Amino acid sequence: MSSSSARRPRTIRGSIGLYLIVFFFAVLCGFPFLWATITTFKTNQDLYTTGHNPFAFTQAPTLDNITTLFTTTPYLHFIINSVVIGIVTVGITLVLSVPASYALARLTGRWGLPMAIGIFVVYLVPPTLLFLPLSRVITVLGLQDTIWSLVLVYPGFTIPLSVWLLLGFFRSVPRDVEEQAQVDGYSKVGALVRVVLPLVAPGLFTVVVFTFTLTMQDFIYALAFVSSSSQMTISVGVPTNLVRGDVFYWQSLMASAMIVAIPVAVIYNLFLRKFIQGFTLGAVKG
Amino acid sequence: MSRIDADTTSAAIRARPARRRRYALERDGVLGSLMLGPAVLYLVLVVGYPLVLAIMYSFSDVTVGSSRFDFAGLATFKTAIHDPHFPAVVAHTFIITGISQALVVVLCTILAFTLAANFRGKWFVRFLVLMPWTTPVALGAIIWLWMLDSIFTPFNWFAQQLHVIGPGEQLNLLGHAGLATASVIAVQTWRTLPLATVIVLAGLSSIPRDVEEQAEVDGAGFWRRLFGIQIPLLAPVILVAVLFGIVFTFTDMAVVFILTGGGPGDATQVLASWAFYKGINGGNLAVGAADALFMFPVLLGLAIVVLMMASGRREKS
Repeated sequence: MSSSSARRPRTIRGSIGLYLIVFFFAVLCGFPFLWATITTFKTNQDLYTTGHNPFAFTQAPTLDNITTLFTTTPYLHFIINSVVIGIVTVGITLVLSVPASYALARLTGRWGLPMAIGIFVVYLVPPTLLFLPLSRVITVLGLQDTIWSLVLVYPGFTIPLSVWLLLGFFRSVPRDVEEQAQVDGYSKVGALVRVVLPLVAPGLFTVVVFTFTLTMQDFIYALAFVSSSSQMTISVGVPTNLVRGDVFYWQSLMASAMIVAIPVAVIYNLFLRKFIQGFTLGAVKG
Repeated sequence: MSRIDADTTSAAIRARPARRRRYALERDGVLGSLMLGPAVLYLVLVVGYPLVLAIMYSFSDVTVGSSRFDFAGLATFKTAIHDPHFPAVVAHTFIITGISQALVVVLCTILAFTLAANFRGKWFVRFLVLMPWTTPVALGAIIWLWMLDSIFTPFNWFAQQLHVIGPGEQLNLLGHAGLATASVIAVQTWRTLPLATVIVLAGLSSIPRDVEEQAEVDGAGFWRRLFGIQIPLLAPVILVAVLFGIVFTFTDMAVVFILTGGGPGDATQVLASWAFYKGINGGNLAVGAADALFMFPVLLGLAIVVLMMASGRREKS
């Protein structure tokens, strides 16, 4: 993404080809969102009439469907729940995975690599396999039907990924840096906190963003463990509250998806270069 | 933590020089376990323990209603395998994962090269490309459900304009087994493409420019440089990207659950959704767990790939 690696087509034919490919991918990725956006602003009568161009508005666009979403459903609660779950999960993930990853990179000697692989393999155990026994565990702990059940289980897949991503970062920090810090009077832990962590900031950033996105992606745990609307996340709350029997509130459903997706995509896009750096060190060279 | 650290440091200083180094190594070991311990313990509790339980369930006859836990040997696995739908469910799982991830390999490579180039409106295109990944999968599936609606899909209108179907006729995309499977494949491709692209972009930005420039100086043409140099250099990164894609797709139940409900009939049922329907809706925890366990050999295979990649890296370094 840096200017040195950017390629510019040199011929007109190459340039047309490039824009055709760009257009193809923009449609491939973006068409569902175009359709969702148009739907969001349509009135019922406009939406449920066939025969005319479905992309055109035969009646004036309306904001009613977005208002409905916020006034007649607990959508705002779903957002708050998802954000709270995301933030607490990010916190737990950082607190546990940063020291673990550092230890694997520096302190555990020949056990480092097998342990690192072991932790990553944990990531391959899918929620689809674990949710049945975990629902029993959560009942025993008295966490059923609360957002805390999800806060408890999400680090199960975010910690392995974070440890694995951060490993590349910690390995990329030269040992001299810490040795110098220790000569300067820092303890090992002090050197990690004051000297190493600032150097791996792009990695920490990647972990935060990635962890947060993964918690929002989950469907099966949220579906299995939570049944009251007040405790639901966006992923489960929206389909269960805006689909009543056979009645789908399509415009509000589309609005609910766009309201979540747009801000997150903007944030990703703003920090994409950092995120790519994170993956370059973590996943590519780790 | 810091006080303990200070104590051991002063102890290390007091120790005779010959023993000091050994002491420090030990301290590394102690500190290492202290730092690694909590994460490992957490993973044992929320992944290891339930995994053992899942395996125990599948050897028992446990149901949602009762916690009675009788050892049933391989009976549950036999029940699971002898279900007349089972072979088809396994086949669907492989077809959907295989085709969608084959598409992702090709598309993410082209898309990464495209996004590495300069063009107008790049910010917006990148935004569109990222959207399927930043939309929670359940909501993405709902968008597709509406987009493929039998009556109101915009594709009806396109098909009518192109005279593929007559006016008033419908495509009914989710109503035919083949088209419904294709729809699930499309959603899985669509939602796993962005992350794969980001990972390949990361790989692309780490290829040293001088390698390519040297090849250009040596007279290698565009395609020669692409297939002779860049793609081989990118291959390990593409492997990482598709590894994520396979894990996401193979173990996902949300897309099938929301988009088709496994239908029409059981034409799009995959192992993950099948385990959910059997275990939760059907109330048979043991059979559900056994069905889900059939995903394990494939995931174990992936783990071995990860292992080989890691050891390959170690040889290099």
